[in-house]
Amino acid sequence: MATETPTPLLATPSQGATAPPPERRKQSFGAWFRDKGWRHVVAVLTTAFAIFPLLYVLSAALNSTGTMAGSNVLFSRIDFGNFEELFSNPNRPFGKWFMNTLVIGVVTSAATVFLGALAAYAFSRMRFKGRRVSLLSLLVLQMFPQLLAVVAIFLLLNFITDVVPWLGLGSQLGLIMVYLGGALGVNTYLMYGFFNTIPASLDEAARIDGASHVQVFFTIILPLVTPILAVVGLLAFIGLSSEFVIASVVLNDPDSQTLAVGLYSYVGQQRSENWGVFAAGAVLAALPVMALFLYLQKYIVNGLAAGSVKG
Amino acid sequence: MPTITSSPTESRKRSQTLRPSDSVAGLLAKIILLGLVDAFAVYVLIVLFMQEKWAVLVLAAVVTLVINWIYLRRGGLPAKYLAPGIFFLLIFQVFVMLFSGYVAFTNYGDGHNSTKEDAISSIQLAAQQRVPDSPAYRVTIVEQGGEFHFLTTDPDGDISIGSTEEPLEGVSDAVTDGTGKATELEDYRTLQFDEVLANQAEILALTVPFSEDPDDGTLRTSDGSTAYVFSPTLVYDEAADTFTDAETGTVYSDSGEGTFVSADGQQLNTGWKIDVGFANFTKAFSNEDIRGPLLQVTLWTFTFALISVLSTFALGLFLANAFNHPNLRGKKIYRILMILPYAFPAFLAGLVWSGLLNPEFGYVNNTFFGGANIPWLTDPLLAKFSVLLVNLWLGFPYMFLVCTGALQSLPEDVNEAARLDGASPWKLFTSIKLPLLLVSVAPLLIASFAFNFNNFNVIYMLTDGGPRFSDTTVNVGATDILITMVYEVAFGSGVGRDYGLASALSIIIFFIVAVISVISFRQTKSLEEIN
Repeated sequence: MATETPTPLLATPSQGATAPPPERRKQSFGAWFRDKGWRHVVAVLTTAFAIFPLLYVLSAALNSTGTMAGSNVLFSRIDFGNFEELFSNPNRPFGKWFMNTLVIGVVTSAATVFLGALAAYAFSRMRFKGRRVSLLSLLVLQMFPQLLAVVAIFLLLNFITDVVPWLGLGSQLGLIMVYLGGALGVNTYLMYGFFNTIPASLDEAARIDGASHVQVFFTIILPLVTPILAVVGLLAFIGLSSEFVIASVVLNDPDSQTLAVGLYSYVGQQRSENWGVFAAGAVLAALPVMALFLYLQKYIVNGLAAGSVKG
Repeated sequence: MPTITSSPTESRKRSQTLRPSDSVAGLLAKIILLGLVDAFAVYVLIVLFMQEKWAVLVLAAVVTLVINWIYLRRGGLPAKYLAPGIFFLLIFQVFVMLFSGYVAFTNYGDGHNSTKEDAISSIQLAAQQRVPDSPAYRVTIVEQGGEFHFLTTDPDGDISIGSTEEPLEGVSDAVTDGTGKATELEDYRTLQFDEVLANQAEILALTVPFSEDPDDGTLRTSDGSTAYVFSPTLVYDEAADTFTDAETGTVYSDSGEGTFVSADGQQLNTGWKIDVGFANFTKAFSNEDIRGPLLQVTLWTFTFALISVLSTFALGLFLANAFNHPNLRGKKIYRILMILPYAFPAFLAGLVWSGLLNPEFGYVNNTFFGGANIPWLTDPLLAKFSVLLVNLWLGFPYMFLVCTGALQSLPEDVNEAARLDGASPWKLFTSIKLPLLLVSVAPLLIASFAFNFNNFNVIYMLTDGGPRFSDTTVNVGATDILITMVYEVAFGSGVGRDYGLASALSIIIFFIVAVISVISFRQTKSLEEIN
């Protein structure tokens, strides 16, 4: 399914261009600049804009002088003192925050993908009363992020604390449930569009062979739509790893907090003092997300492109 | 899944007449899952029953029945697939929105977060003073299930146990030391001295009532080994519904606004939740302290969202165009480096940029501006510019990716035809590519506007809404958008938490977002494409 749209288009002409190198040399600088050169200038400038904050935070992380003022010459000093300090502060348990974020993120995005896929399967393959209305409602509901109702979420969890303490305020499971409130919506939409591209004749054939709808869903549809599942899961994970508002309201104990809430507390009041240690934490927090993003990049690009084309 | 070999016609007939039977494993999974859900539901129902929360109990029972009905009946297949997602959606998105609507009409907030009965007993508990010359009770701090209790020995040598939640109750089987002081009790764990020190705050906060009636007084300790009798200075008169100060004789009566107030306007700290009608909305629009900032914040929210969308789209589109060249060296590596900001967690971006833009120690001032002291985050106008710049940094890669995808899916023949007709590249772009591109990208631009309208992280992490307005008591500032203002009012460090006002502000945002989405969906007609 992973049709890498750009590659075949690009491969042919570039091979053609590399074949006769002398031709390019004949091209005047002006012509080359008008054709390609300015693109390189743009690219270098944009790349510099894009990565200098990242280089800065990496450099600050590796510089154990620790203050903001000491971080201003990039890579003037390289050691791992900040990282050691990061893991040795019991009041700010970075390792726990990291695990909490990972667990909450993975569980929530997996459940989000699953719930979204179930719904998308129903919308794509079944015709039932209220289908169109439900799809429209999902589209409209996603315009209202949960963030807006954060006060009500807090009060609802406060109530749940009285009934089932392990699902209420301070509970990570409770937080996951709140996040799952947003599992449908744009996700279902993306998946629905993708499910529609899988020919229905495939599952009809399986049904004729005696497969139940559950078997069709798990053994035929899901494997074929893996790219969109990956995109949705990843986008959900990335979104969750940055989610601050609801997590900050629900998780009050430092041991149960996520990276977003914890790292904010590092620099919330006095930004310049803990700067090096914060930078180290930021690097560690961002690396897995970025690695995952780059690894699955082509799926994301295709997913976004598909989304933009289908609207 | 073994394939059943039979002629196509025969199997088609079977699949029409018989519902394909689920496998044993599937059936088992269904029974187990439904069983777990029901077990949990029964547990919740029992707890609700014990706490006498009837309305919620009925609601929970109905939900449980509906879930069972959906999964136990034959047919109704779509509902079986939709139910799990919709369950969470209804509770944590739809319900909380409606609940926000309700809270907006109450005075919920600090000092007003429970019922009147709770408020009365908490006033009685709070307004306690040590009874002069009262006898000392010897106590041992014991723990059960994570909760601390007093194991007390009164001056007569009688032993009883109690905690903040449970009034004192006599016990007979306690272990005593040589002086007759109770030191241990079955089922309870006695705290060692160092544990008492470690849990100091909690132990000092223990207020153990003598009986269910708080007027009888309470026991408190200041050292973990001796407790003294405290009695209320405020006495509640149930018939008159008033509090009377035992010393001064001041009478506090129900003000009708969820508090007890004395004749000369003194108010008791703890109040309760009442419905206040449109008071919160009136306050938002008429209170000088809130109206001015609210107007500025609303204007800035629109400006911020609009400029964010336009700037990221313009840069993204420009880059997508620049890179939409068949053979450009290093395109791949450029692309990866350029989309890195999109992959970087947004909350970190705000914090990192707040360091970069720090006027004294920041990299930007020190390196790019030779140590100049430019107040990027503390001057109202520059702070707005910084917020937009950081959001551009975060958002342009997304637009770049989207535009690249959209550009590559444009039909090549149209371009070809225009080129043959002698259209300049600029003409080609503005009259052919851009309109075609906008058709497919417009819904994403609207979604992006809606996202930025509530883009909490960038604002909160970068400037925390600052610099603060100087002419108001509300803790909002020049870069605050509506959602950060809501957060500040509800959970901020400012004056007091005011959930009612915060919810009223959320409702205002709901309406703005609703109007925008109705208009924009009409414009793009994107809703009509669903079949």
